[in-house]
Amino acid sequence: MAVLSFREALNQAMTEEMERDDRVFLMGEEVAQYDGAYKVSQGMLKHFGARRVIDTPISEEGFAGIGIGAAMVGLRPIIEFMTFSFSLVAIDQIVNNAANMRYMSGGQFSVPIVFRGSSGMAGSLAATHSHRLEAWYAQIPGLMVLMPATPADAKGLLKAAIRCDDPVVFIEHEVLYPDRGEVPEGEHLVPIGKAEIKRPGNDVTLITYSRSLKVTMAAAEKLAEEGVDAEVIDLRSIRPLDMDTLINSIVKTHRAVIVEEDWPYCGLGAGISDRITRTIFDELDAPILRVASKDAPIPYNKAMEQSMLPSVQRVVEAVNGVVYREV
Amino acid sequence: MAQTQTEAKPIVNRTQAQVWLRQMLLIRRFEERAEMLYQKGNKIGGFFHQYSGQEPVAVGSIGVLREDDYVITAYRDHGHALARGMSARAGMAELLGKVTGCSRGKGGSMHFFDAEKGFLGGHAIVGSHIALAAGVAFAMKYRGEDRVCICYFGDGAINQGSVHEAMNMAALWKLPVIYVVENNMYAMGTSLERSSAVVDLRLRGATAYGIPGFTINGNDIELMAKTTREAAARARAGEGPTFIEAQTYRYKGHSISDPGKYRHRDELDNAVKNDPIVVYENILKQRGWIDDAAIEKMRQDVKAEVEEAIEFAEQSEQPPLSDLYEDITVAPFIPQE
Repeated sequence: MAVLSFREALNQAMTEEMERDDRVFLMGEEVAQYDGAYKVSQGMLKHFGARRVIDTPISEEGFAGIGIGAAMVGLRPIIEFMTFSFSLVAIDQIVNNAANMRYMSGGQFSVPIVFRGSSGMAGSLAATHSHRLEAWYAQIPGLMVLMPATPADAKGLLKAAIRCDDPVVFIEHEVLYPDRGEVPEGEHLVPIGKAEIKRPGNDVTLITYSRSLKVTMAAAEKLAEEGVDAEVIDLRSIRPLDMDTLINSIVKTHRAVIVEEDWPYCGLGAGISDRITRTIFDELDAPILRVASKDAPIPYNKAMEQSMLPSVQRVVEAVNGVVYREV
Repeated sequence: MAQTQTEAKPIVNRTQAQVWLRQMLLIRRFEERAEMLYQKGNKIGGFFHQYSGQEPVAVGSIGVLREDDYVITAYRDHGHALARGMSARAGMAELLGKVTGCSRGKGGSMHFFDAEKGFLGGHAIVGSHIALAAGVAFAMKYRGEDRVCICYFGDGAINQGSVHEAMNMAALWKLPVIYVVENNMYAMGTSLERSSAVVDLRLRGATAYGIPGFTINGNDIELMAKTTREAAARARAGEGPTFIEAQTYRYKGHSISDPGKYRHRDELDNAVKNDPIVVYENILKQRGWIDDAAIEKMRQDVKAEVEEAIEFAEQSEQPPLSDLYEDITVAPFIPQE
């Protein structure tokens, strides 16, 4: 199997899907002549030409809407946001138009579109360029929200997203782009709505996704050295959520910690925790704890920024809490 | 507003003119009866924005499009939907929230859709659909088709940011879209003078983006048709968008709950005196294309059609509550509850 970077895996997914289906095109700021702000679309203009790899003005709301309109009449756009922080400019289009269209038309018009791009804290970008908005989008019926953590999943999930007949919000963590890993060649699809157990264990279930998987895996290794056997689940699909995998795991471990990079209040973990509690309260031997970012805008200062994030230390502390372990 | 074009020289034949007159009568009657159902029967809910007074804009412009062209509009959408050929039945059933409605009871007055007729909806966030129109046009160009998308919006929408983004890209990429701003002088209760730094709306497209712009009397149905036909020809030839400011006037308030106190009584009286439907009736009579008896028969036919639509809507089933989760996604929908 080829070893690719996360960004190369995304590039391969788009390239394969565009080769397969002429209805698929890529549109966004600097995706073509500049080869992508984060080089995810490197070489695609040369390969596909300006008809299908399209540079836009800095007009997020406008080109998001253009993508939705094109999808309503049969194309399958991939809309790149340079960062998901900028998707806030386009959120009217994503929520009011893409998510609602099928419902409000009584099923007559669907919107097969992918909104993708980078997100997350990546090194002193300060508040406007570091947002994690998965909880915002995950709340909206009509949207799929996907967040891969590995190069293989990046490829498989993006291919599935492009083939999905519904609008997909596909959020890539900026610090994952250079990560390398084995990526299956050709027809590799990861189904939407399926979580994956990345590390089996018996003592506690760690639920996470995207960049936080790395932190969580590192915490699990540290815990193993200390005699705590953690099971790590990578959600991959934020909506729909794979509740079956979560429940099966917690029925085994009876304890859970959710590790998320978004804000704590009304964050993704709050919704997941609520669902688990209502579904299998009797199976829980401890309250579900959450390790999220701190409840503040993202600071520029490096040390302050790092203190915001879920860390190995904070994950270990939370696990100690749910297994009632005194250190 | 003078009826110059229509009076000067017919640009349509007799049959077409009669079809247009009938469509205008149907839209007017449809809304008159719907208003009664809203006010008296409490059968229609939500916001209800009437098109009365503006009928020539939709009928004249949609009337010169091809069947494979697309139409998209804002929340004042009954007129455009009926002009595009949506059945009064499907429209009335939607107003009553029935499963037989054009959006299966999930859209309501502001969200009429009809895929078969290329009617891409009723959209209720002011200005938000204007980018969608450019996207539809983008798809036409991408596939190398010579179809066009016509997009209607009100003068209030012109001040939304997305409108400028979309018009810039439509002009930049020469997309086959026809933007029609229906300038009825008021954005809800705010007059154009109080909301627009530049009230010559044509200049917005022309000056900023080089989009050919026309300010016309939108109540002159044949002028509306002629201008649209030229815009469509330009779009099909790959010459890009056109911006039409159709000056018109709405008889009713912004919505049914708006008594319209912000405008002077004389203003409305003047408009009603020059009712565009009556004006067109008179013109067609002058041309010898129709007589009073034929007009009266047409009015009776339209009344019967609307009554039949109401009967159909009232007899139709409510959508089953289990339909709440239908039509959210193409993929099987899993409620995250």
